[in-house]
Amino acid sequence: MNNGILEFVNVGKEYSGHAVLKGINMDVRPGEIHALIGENGAGKSTLMNILFGMPVIHSTGGFTGEVRIGGEDAKIMNPHDAMMQGIGMVHQEFMLIPGFTITENIKINREITKSSLMSKVFGKRMESLEHAAMATDARKALDTMGMDIEEYTKVHGLPVGHMQFVEIAREIDKTGIRFLVFDEPTAVLTESETEHLLNAIRKLAAQGIGIVFISHRLDEIIRLSDRVTILRDGEWVATEETKNITAAEIARLMVGRALTLDRAEGDRKVSDEKIMTVDNLRVNMPGEEVKGVTFDVHRGEILGIGGLAGQGKLGIANGLMGMYPVTGKVTFKGEPLDVMKTNETLKKGVAFLSEDRKGVGLLLQSSIEENIAFTAMEVHNKFLKKVGPFTLTDDKAIRENAEKMVKDLDIRCTSVTQNTGALSGGNQQKVCVGKALSLDPELLLVSEPTRGIDIGAKKLILDLLKDLAEKRGMTVIMTSSELAELRSICDRVLIICEGKVAGELSPFDSDEVYGLMMSGVSKEEAMKAAGAAQKKAGGEANG
Amino acid sequence: MGKKIGDFINRIGIPTFAVGLLLVVLLIAAGVMGQSIPTLISDILKRVGMNGLLVLAMLPAIKSGTGPNFALPVGIEGGLMALIVCMQFDFSGWALMGASAVLCIVFCIILGWLYGQLMNAVKGAEMTIATYSGFSIVAFFNILWLAIPFSNRKMGWMLGNGLRETIQMKGFEADKILSDFLAFEIAGIKFPTGMILVLAFFCLLSWLFFRTKTGMAIFAGGQNPRFAEASGLNIDRNRIIANILSTILAGLGIIMYSQGYGYAQLYNGPLNMAFPAVAAVLVGGATASKASIPNVLIGVCLFQGLMTTAMPVMNQIFTGTDLSDIMRIIIQNGVILYALTKVKSGGDR
Repeated sequence: MNNGILEFVNVGKEYSGHAVLKGINMDVRPGEIHALIGENGAGKSTLMNILFGMPVIHSTGGFTGEVRIGGEDAKIMNPHDAMMQGIGMVHQEFMLIPGFTITENIKINREITKSSLMSKVFGKRMESLEHAAMATDARKALDTMGMDIEEYTKVHGLPVGHMQFVEIAREIDKTGIRFLVFDEPTAVLTESETEHLLNAIRKLAAQGIGIVFISHRLDEIIRLSDRVTILRDGEWVATEETKNITAAEIARLMVGRALTLDRAEGDRKVSDEKIMTVDNLRVNMPGEEVKGVTFDVHRGEILGIGGLAGQGKLGIANGLMGMYPVTGKVTFKGEPLDVMKTNETLKKGVAFLSEDRKGVGLLLQSSIEENIAFTAMEVHNKFLKKVGPFTLTDDKAIRENAEKMVKDLDIRCTSVTQNTGALSGGNQQKVCVGKALSLDPELLLVSEPTRGIDIGAKKLILDLLKDLAEKRGMTVIMTSSELAELRSICDRVLIICEGKVAGELSPFDSDEVYGLMMSGVSKEEAMKAAGAAQKKAGGEANG
Repeated sequence: MGKKIGDFINRIGIPTFAVGLLLVVLLIAAGVMGQSIPTLISDILKRVGMNGLLVLAMLPAIKSGTGPNFALPVGIEGGLMALIVCMQFDFSGWALMGASAVLCIVFCIILGWLYGQLMNAVKGAEMTIATYSGFSIVAFFNILWLAIPFSNRKMGWMLGNGLRETIQMKGFEADKILSDFLAFEIAGIKFPTGMILVLAFFCLLSWLFFRTKTGMAIFAGGQNPRFAEASGLNIDRNRIIANILSTILAGLGIIMYSQGYGYAQLYNGPLNMAFPAVAAVLVGGATASKASIPNVLIGVCLFQGLMTTAMPVMNQIFTGTDLSDIMRIIIQNGVILYALTKVKSGGDR
């Protein structure tokens, strides 16, 4: 009775030796709504890319394991195969042509045509369109979802909610659609639109279509799905009947303690002096918009900023460095700071390690020594010497400084004249740290310090940051997608959700609280839900 | 062995290798055909001296990230205007050289600043806009040459108003004044010491400049604007400085060129002068986003060497044709085309 079930059997994927998916087993039944959840980088997108035979998978050596439909290897090698198997996807970003009508968007590249004089001479591609038949099909697809909008309206100017429906209508209009993947479909919708969409999804499922629903909003998953599968760090964690699991439990499973970055127990003593205050900061960073955050930073602490991708956590550090347009009030050491003047900010003792090491952090075609010295030279006039009427770079001082950094930070390189483009991710990050330290900063902003770095080097980078705070008295604001790493060294963690501070947590708060707060639950509720879940778990253990 | 050759070609770049090879073949052919090699080499040296500064003008522009300065005529017109104004006041000889150089710097700072503003307004499309800025400014100066009432008879037509198309440097005792300065001859090769010294001096200045704080900032802004921004640099300001420098070098370059050539060419003379200079620096191994002083020097030697050698050889093989000039056009534009295919849109990012 396996007919029509979509199965992932022991699916794994490596990108140049780095495993991003390991032995995933999952199945989606016809008519079922199966939620898929995991933190950023947990492997959701990779799994879906495998399902759709995306080129990114097959151009990097394919995957291991099998995708089966109805018990047989589906052999999906490209998106066209996926379509032939009846698998559709509703994208997070709409792929619609604004100047076309809804019908045209739904039927694009699958137009109904009839032969004409032109086509008899020039071939099939010149056949004329059967508008009436196409409109009927489009109407049918729209009706399936209970959407009462005219099919001849242009897509341009439709509310986002409606665009989403057009996108869905296009998928269900494809004949023989059997499985439909929704990737964060509610991220851009208002509450009422969301409600409408969830109803439509239920309708589709009722018609026997298997639904994969990817979302990080736990409440939606609880309300909508039949079963939920949780991924973490590329591994399968659990698949549960949704009615047997609570949001708090999902949150705990999702966050977990992936790699054990042990933390010396106990709070560090941090001074009460506020080195920086941020009041109603708004940053217009595309994809990471900050919509008014307020917080203080104490001298000598390590402040963590966490949250899911796209919620605005990265915008904060970038905004403080004036990389994007900013409004709001910031003071540093008691004085107002005009963050749009990056040069001033750097001069006053703030340094920044960008999350985009290669794009912003380094001159890849220049040597390690130049990279380390450059910013300090421009900002503090370091490493310069007078030669007659000219002020030139002091090569000896640059060399000495770089060699000291290489030694202190243990940068693995052939020599300080090696180009930074040739270094590994971890060593590039250390060069960035060296660059920042050459500025003698009092406050260090660090974004995603361990992104793209292997686990061994991760620990080194984190220890290094901790040392800076503990031994050099530096204040550190660390932004990271990895909760485990925030909790291993930070004194406090701010969780950012939808561009605002959702709340402040201690590194010792439970996984459930972290997970719930990241998906938009308020701190009080998260604490309460987590408490209940723990009591329940404790009760079970006792009983 | 084959791998070694491959590595070598990779290191110096395909255009550099191909043009270098062609130059060697042509020189051998010239020798076989009984051309005077010392004369050829003298000619090459002379043209290297004349064109050197114009090619050096590419360096600041490329380093700042605006790409090769296709708007070289902007600076050239500035230099010509300086020269003409000084001629109007009857400066001659060294005084003409000195005064026009000073005035040229003044004019070119203004022109370069304006041009820099334009470049900052059109980020991502610098090279196309620059080419047409170069064409446009030539037309604009064509009007000036006619409209400004210069009155020195040595520069006017026999009848009517306006300046002549070519003005003899001889009339101002400035014909080859730098080329002949301290010039000497060894084994039949005439060495234009004065020009080479000036070129060397400006190369040294450029080298020093790119080791100063501002020079480094310009270089970083060109290589990675986001990096420069995160280091608190004013990229737009640096790009303007670089374009002013490039414009000044172009202006001084045309003064040097004019004295070596013996004529100051007005009107449409500067129209296509950017292309040989761009081609030269690219032949020397530069790219649209990376250049060095060795690129400039190697490039100008190879490119001018090729131009000089090709003409007599081709003329001897294909008597009565204009093939050498056709070859110049093919090589010059071919090299530019090749280099432009290597450019990613919006600079090297």
